[in-house]
Amino acid sequence: MITRLNSSFLQTTAAAGAWVVEFCWYAGSLALLFVQTLGGWLTRPLRVDALAYELWKVGVRSWFIVAVSSLFIGMVLAFQSAYQMQKLAAEVYIASLVSLSVVREIGPVITALIVAGRVGSSIAAELGTMKVTEQIDALMTLAADPVSYLVVPRFVALLIALPILTLWADAIGILGGFLVGTMKLGILPSLYWKMTTLPLVFKDLFSGLLKSVIFAMVICIVSCFEGFRTEGGAEGVGRATTMAVVTSFILIIAADCLCTAMFYFIWR
Amino acid sequence: MISIQHIFKSFNDHKVLDGVDLTINKGETVVVIGRSGCGKSVLLKHIIGLIKPDEGTVLIDGQDVPRLTGRALDQLRLRCGMLFQSAALFDSMTVFENVSFALREHTTMAQDAMAQRVHERLQLVGLQEADDLYPSELSGGMRKRVGLARALAISPEIILYDEPTTGIDPIMSDVINDLIITLRDRLKVTSVVVTHDMRSAYKVADRIAMLYNGQIIAVGTPEQIRASDNAYVQQFIKGEAEGPIQEGLPDRRVLTRWSARGGLGIRQE
Repeated sequence: MITRLNSSFLQTTAAAGAWVVEFCWYAGSLALLFVQTLGGWLTRPLRVDALAYELWKVGVRSWFIVAVSSLFIGMVLAFQSAYQMQKLAAEVYIASLVSLSVVREIGPVITALIVAGRVGSSIAAELGTMKVTEQIDALMTLAADPVSYLVVPRFVALLIALPILTLWADAIGILGGFLVGTMKLGILPSLYWKMTTLPLVFKDLFSGLLKSVIFAMVICIVSCFEGFRTEGGAEGVGRATTMAVVTSFILIIAADCLCTAMFYFIWR
Repeated sequence: MISIQHIFKSFNDHKVLDGVDLTINKGETVVVIGRSGCGKSVLLKHIIGLIKPDEGTVLIDGQDVPRLTGRALDQLRLRCGMLFQSAALFDSMTVFENVSFALREHTTMAQDAMAQRVHERLQLVGLQEADDLYPSELSGGMRKRVGLARALAISPEIILYDEPTTGIDPIMSDVINDLIITLRDRLKVTSVVVTHDMRSAYKVADRIAMLYNGQIIAVGTPEQIRASDNAYVQQFIKGEAEGPIQEGLPDRRVLTRWSARGGLGIRQE
């Protein structure tokens, strides 16, 4: 009995140890790719044509889905808060609640999750396909650094596009709340607008945009890393794509929690 | 000169190269033959620094390839050209962009001169009209030839060919063989060719090396290899199922039994 318990304990400990090692390796690899990307960006000239193409893919192709999602989320927020606010006859504060929630939290996070799903999966699939068809090896034999060539343009494009998409999502989310507040809940448009802007301060906008910059880095590095480590043909590409999206989602939520806590304690 | 010194390489406990030694002299064409999956492509990737050995090293003109990094490794790679087994063309680029890639990235060549160089290389492989096509619009053989044109674009001193004639029709295969010979004779290019195609091997090789079980088991001129008394070499070059090499081959008794039972079910009435 004791031998069986010992054996079970050893197996559990070994599995936990292997998980810790794997986690450290993964985190270290992401950190290394991040450093290499910054190095590639700072030391080699940026390929403007590639950057423009990536900006188009990330920004222009995502604006519509970001707008639709943000509009509905803004409307849902207004309706949900109306339940409580109407009990207190404080419907006018719905505008403030929507604007603060959207600018500080919902806008950056929803935009990042949409972009991680749309763009992150596409990055992982593209690089994964290049890996399994030896195109990345071919790049290296032609003396081109895969990080500078493939990661840096995507990294810079996401750093530029995600904050802009976040601002766009903020505006459309507030519009969603405005439509519900003025057309269904009977709040005067001028009052709604006043109550939207009244509680907003620079910190709210800044914290939202800073989060979007961090999320952009997370999406790019995770997706590129998953693409680079793809093995085993079509199945491997599928696995890389799934891993890129799932890991990006988890890290975005974790980074959001960390940033929010940091702003709460440091900049109250 | 390329000197492969006692290379060992394993992937997930599977030993692929088990102490490979091989020297390729300047201007020489060495063909590496061996069964599929025996490590020929892995050996080729060690030469250009895409894979680092677990033990041993590769020296190119005295430069220790596995220990080179950054600019030094890039400089060495620009002296080499590699044709990949799958051609490995960049999907998002046209044929012209693929072939001119190294010229655009590493030279200050004028557009006209670059276009002339690319057309010349495409002409060498019989694809002068394919400039604007994307890899998805090409057949397997055409892709291979574009891959070869890309490898030749920067005028390398060393060319590594991974199955250059696989997937290409016999006539075009002979054109590729002639091209490999011309590059050696006129430009003194050093070549390492990995192939199963014995016709091609006999035609282009100065020497042939056979890789088996992670080791070079025979090296010699085509004539010496033909006359080799090594049973493994003889089985491989004659392409016979009977012989000492049996790993990965189906049990012939199974085929006999299956055939006796009626095979695919088509019975003679």
